[in-house]
Amino acid sequence: MRNAMSPHPSRSTVRYSSVSQRPGSDRVHFPGAVNSKFTTDLRFERPSTQPGIPTYRILNQDGVVVDKDREPSDVTNGEALKWYKDMLTVSIMDLIMFDAQRQGRLSFYMVSAGEEGIAVGSACALEPEDVIFAQYREAGVFQQRGYTLDEFMNQLFANSKDHGLGRNMPVHYGSRKLNIHTISSPLATQIPHASGAAYALKMQALSDPTLPARVVACYFGEGAASEGDFHAGLNLAATRSCPVVFICRNNGYAISTPSLEQYRGDGIASRGVGYGIDTIRVDGNDIFAVREATKEARKMALQDGGKPILVECMSYRVSHHSTSDDSFAYRAKVEVEDWKRRDNPITRLRKWLEGRGAWDDQKENEARSNIRKEVLKAFSKAEKGKKPRLRTMFEGVYENITEEANVQINELKGILERYPDEYDISDFEDEGKGLEQE
Amino acid sequence: MEEEPRVTAASKRQPFKSSLQTQHNSDFSRCCHRKTISRPYSAHAPNARLNLPIDYSTTPLLNHTSQSALSHPELPQNVRQSKTQRQNLFQAVNSALRHALASDERVLLFGEDVAFGGVFRCSMNLASDFGAERVFNTPLTEQGIVGFAIGLALEGMRPVAEIQFADYVYPAFDQLVNEAAKARFRTGSTGMHCGGLVVRMPSGAVGHGGIYHSQSPEALFTHIPGLHVVIPRSPSQAKGLLLAAIACNDPVVFMEPKILYRAAVEQVPVEGYTLPLDKAEILKEGKDVTVISYGTPLYNCSSAIEAAEKDFGIKAELIDLRTVYPWDRQTILESVKKTGRAVVVHESMVNAGVGAEVAATIQEGAFLRLEAPVQRIAGWSTHMGLVHEKFNIPDIARIYDGIRRTIEY
Ligand SMILES: Cc1ncc(C[n+]2csc(CCOP(=O)(O)OP(=O)(O)O)c2C)c(N)n1
Ligand SMILES: [Mg+2]
Repeated sequence: MRNAMSPHPSRSTVRYSSVSQRPGSDRVHFPGAVNSKFTTDLRFERPSTQPGIPTYRILNQDGVVVDKDREPSDVTNGEALKWYKDMLTVSIMDLIMFDAQRQGRLSFYMVSAGEEGIAVGSACALEPEDVIFAQYREAGVFQQRGYTLDEFMNQLFANSKDHGLGRNMPVHYGSRKLNIHTISSPLATQIPHASGAAYALKMQALSDPTLPARVVACYFGEGAASEGDFHAGLNLAATRSCPVVFICRNNGYAISTPSLEQYRGDGIASRGVGYGIDTIRVDGNDIFAVREATKEARKMALQDGGKPILVECMSYRVSHHSTSDDSFAYRAKVEVEDWKRRDNPITRLRKWLEGRGAWDDQKENEARSNIRKEVLKAFSKAEKGKKPRLRTMFEGVYENITEEANVQINELKGILERYPDEYDISDFEDEGKGLEQE
Repeated sequence: MEEEPRVTAASKRQPFKSSLQTQHNSDFSRCCHRKTISRPYSAHAPNARLNLPIDYSTTPLLNHTSQSALSHPELPQNVRQSKTQRQNLFQAVNSALRHALASDERVLLFGEDVAFGGVFRCSMNLASDFGAERVFNTPLTEQGIVGFAIGLALEGMRPVAEIQFADYVYPAFDQLVNEAAKARFRTGSTGMHCGGLVVRMPSGAVGHGGIYHSQSPEALFTHIPGLHVVIPRSPSQAKGLLLAAIACNDPVVFMEPKILYRAAVEQVPVEGYTLPLDKAEILKEGKDVTVISYGTPLYNCSSAIEAAEKDFGIKAELIDLRTVYPWDRQTILESVKKTGRAVVVHESMVNAGVGAEVAATIQEGAFLRLEAPVQRIAGWSTHMGLVHEKFNIPDIARIYDGIRRTIEY
């Protein structure tokens, strides 16, 4: 970069020479703008007059390949079927858990309806060694990487087998084995984490070249992209050349706030451009487009010693924000119905598969019924599970229990002993003994 | 998370039936916002005598009649002669905001999802009634929301900024601590300040909010000179304190106990009125022990006191701090000088919580009158893990036990 700015930079003068203006130069030569031509034309950059960043797709709404030269030829039927079933699984689990919440069997749930293609399509372009940071509407990423239905259900029912030890609200999954960091409710905080983690991977690769090449993939919504952490995270990733693929799910809403009130300008993609990050916008309902863009993004992220890439996936949040939300308080039912009818990532892939003779109604019905059975099996197993031991309330704050916490554990023990009728601890692993060290 | 449909204990035992075969299409308006039955894991123990759910329809802390609402001595004369309306806490907040917007054109209201009424329904119909210029959605950025509000206040407006959950106020911490709190001090004789700024946020546990929908971060803001930190206990208190906060010429952090939004229902004066931001309130007089709290735990305190009075033949005084900083030290000290015993109760973690300051002040100001060490009954020094919430918050049994230990000391 310095070389581009100044033809003969000597090591010690480079900072100073970069501000100097060579006589007769036709371009700005300031440290903060290195390739800007002088102009006498008083013209403001007006984003509204620029063409929108295009949206990459492979399949059209009917599951037909738009450009015959871009047939996803590297995809086998087997792979496509696996991804299809991954999407189907998430969507069936979503319906069941949404209902279960309505029946009062768990406190909360969030569905991915309409966005299964983004999660599964991007995840299948990544390697198992890659590290993931997610927001909360990416169950498909977990599913694609091999998170089991038992794991989903244990987390949702916050039982003692939940990796999160019953501490988090439902849908805050995480898996060390699958290299997916545990989802955290505060929005956008994972974005700078992803940049830092990517820098860690980069440094580790430098010190141990035998390690497989790894990137970080970081998911977030277009609403979260308004947080300061988004801007900080992208800027840091750009300036430190971090191998991270930022994947924005632009689903049109952040709870009740439509995208058009969330930002002006050309979506989240234009933000990437602003930070000097190579960026693409993709049709999020097209699993092949998402996959190919992510695959390419991953490759680019590993080039030149590492760099961030931004992929903005366009879709629509078909369902309510969560089980706590009633979206018809702020959007018309017909808007949702129109979207559902017009386009859906699962139907698109199904049509493509049918077009190849790899899928039909009978297979569909069988698959749905099998998945449903599997989900319900895991559901009832997890629902019966005991809650984590009481001691886990005090553990994990620090590596070791503090002196203060020990006193508090004894205080609570005393309360439970003095007032046994006041507490029902039969649901908790080891009941009262659960306060003791295992 | 914002509006929790509650759950019956019975539902857990029934076999699960999914409506999957039918096109999924629940009637949300019916099932989403209204039920108030507790979920299985917050159901009380079968033989519990103390840890029973609060009965908000009989608690002495709420005004169940118009007469009791209007007889409050802090109300101005014209309000005492006016009418009341049954409201829950979110409706009372809505009334206060409506009154402020209608009576002062400098008042603006904004935050995430505020325009459609807010995720807790506090701003319902305000955008349509007062216009999108004054009541609006912001992009999703807490630091932006508070910074924007400070700018408005510095230029003479009276912004009411909403943070969707107190758990998400931290991106705005810098703006609150370094800017809002210090504006008057830092700008010296220029006379600039950000009075009129109110930052509202729902706070506290609801029984199933877990780590990030249960926090009560008030103590963090009491360590900051320059901010008023106010936590109302009831609908009528919320209305008067919120209007006082908007009228205040210093910035106010206003924490609304979100479990009370729907649970606490009482008669609230229809007129606008303000309540003092610098006064604690004695809710019940007593001579043997002073119980000091604020917000939601006051209801548990009231129940614990009822049981303790019966069991130990004592009379306890119950005080609501209302403003936790700058707080009403005199009222507390006078009470403890009279009773000789004090129990401080709050939901947030005990270490360096509001209780620590109250206890230290009592020790300094009433040491010779103390018959027992000041007890703190508060959240343990941990996070609010989802399944252990009911063991973490100060429940009735723990408060009762604290009173007992203080009495028996
Ligand atoms: C810092 C922070 N502020 C507010 C919230 C409350 N909240 C949860 S989800 C959400 C909307 C997020 O929208 P978006 O990022 O577009 O994701 P989507 O829900 O559309 O998938 C909000 C405001 C939060 N979790 N964290
Ligand atoms: Mg969104």
